[in-house]
Amino acid sequence: MPIITYVLPDGTEHAVDVPPGQTVMDGSVRNNLPGIVAECGGSCSCATCHVYVGPESQAFFDEMTDEERELLEFADGTREDSRLSCQLVITSECKGVRVTVSADNG
Amino acid sequence: MTQRRVSPDSRRVVVVGGGHAGGTLVGLLRQAGFTGEIVLFGQETDLPYHRPPLSKKFIDGDLEHWLRPPEFYPEQDISVRLGESVESVDPVARRVYTSGAQTIDYDVLVLATGAEPRRLPAPGADLAGVLTLRTLADARVLRKAVISGGPIAIIGGGYVGLEVAAVARAGGVEVTVIEREERVLARVASSRLSEILAAYHRERDTTILTGAQVVGLSGEDGRVQGVLLGDGTRIACDIALVGIGAVPRDELAVAAGLACEQGILVDGQARTSDPAIFAIGDVTRRPLPGVDGLQRLESIPSAVEQAKQATAAIVGAQPVHPEVPWFWSDQFDLKLKIAGIVSAPPGTVLRGDPASGRFALFHHTDGRITAVESANSPGDFMAGKKLIAGGERVDPVRLADPAVPLRGAVIT
Repeated sequence: MPIITYVLPDGTEHAVDVPPGQTVMDGSVRNNLPGIVAECGGSCSCATCHVYVGPESQAFFDEMTDEERELLEFADGTREDSRLSCQLVITSECKGVRVTVSADNG
Repeated sequence: MTQRRVSPDSRRVVVVGGGHAGGTLVGLLRQAGFTGEIVLFGQETDLPYHRPPLSKKFIDGDLEHWLRPPEFYPEQDISVRLGESVESVDPVARRVYTSGAQTIDYDVLVLATGAEPRRLPAPGADLAGVLTLRTLADARVLRKAVISGGPIAIIGGGYVGLEVAAVARAGGVEVTVIEREERVLARVASSRLSEILAAYHRERDTTILTGAQVVGLSGEDGRVQGVLLGDGTRIACDIALVGIGAVPRDELAVAAGLACEQGILVDGQARTSDPAIFAIGDVTRRPLPGVDGLQRLESIPSAVEQAKQATAAIVGAQPVHPEVPWFWSDQFDLKLKIAGIVSAPPGTVLRGDPASGRFALFHHTDGRITAVESANSPGDFMAGKKLIAGGERVDPVRLADPAVPLRGAVIT
């Protein structure tokens, strides 16, 4: 099963198994990791699951939709490598995925 | 929130109510390093779940979207007691009495008892086929009824009613929305948004009646067959969904002597008038930055914010920053997001074109944004939410011009 590493706002790292088909957000919620609030449950509505995706991990995921891009444009702490983790679906190809959880998810 | 290293906590937190607020709180307590005992009472027999799919996907989507998977609770050492309700609270002994004739002592009590659908005060409201929509069990009944039934009459043109109307209509069901006020969403949306949404529904062949008083429901063999209006009209239906608002379930708190006024009164840390008792979610009446008096906000973001407030207070962490209230609604292909409190504002700027299905209404007082109502325009929503929090002034003329980037409308 793919292992996803979450770097939390306090600097700690957590590597957890996330089954293919689930999202990076699901993996965080499932393991009760702080920092990803996921108010809307993954419908790309709330922008409370903001993460930064390491350059070596970006290619594993689909391109951003306009909706995700617009939500992120005005989110706090947005950078080049920002994504909403509810849109990052894990596949069996995902190896060594590493995300840093934004400190601004509320 | 950071992981705290604390010595084992001997306190027991009892949470009454397994909705979004209570379900979120128990997870947040463990995230914040709380090591004491956590007991969650849920009156329903389902684990805490996401409520939006109940109205947004009740025909063909997955209704059961759990807040956390079932194994989460034992793993996190959270004791969940489903199908059991708390019948009374003794705030002096710090003890609750359950429907299972048990008592349990608490150090901290969190009331997250939510709200329940307001009943229709009209004859015939107890006929079979007269439904409300609040719980997963309600949604299962509604799904079955809509799939097997004919026309549906929706009494109340609020967000839940309109969401159900949109899903039913998209599924080919004949829908009539009956609203007592002169416009739909009268209590919760600006008149401009009401107009736009009513037109959107009507273009999709939903009948919307406004200024219509329901005087009764008629039926045969105990099953509803029509809604009777004050002007003598009868709307034929196989299902009548009553969506006329929700009333806070504050009976436990009232009986325990907590300060209540159509909802449990709380401060900005979710504290009630009893220092050992917190209240979160739809049952509360809470303060909001920049708004006079206490407000009832029936929304997931408010419930989550209060769960964060209570968690911080319980574990002794820094109070959380106040958030701008917001919520979302899906109607047909419109993803609506609304931030701020929509009251009759002096100015409104329309950005975008409602006919295109992508627009935002910015409400402002002298260029300061107080609320934004957006459809399929998440950037406008996010920017509006930030402007509400930051209080910067905008130039209404530039804001109305979609060619001007949003940041360019801010007066610096």
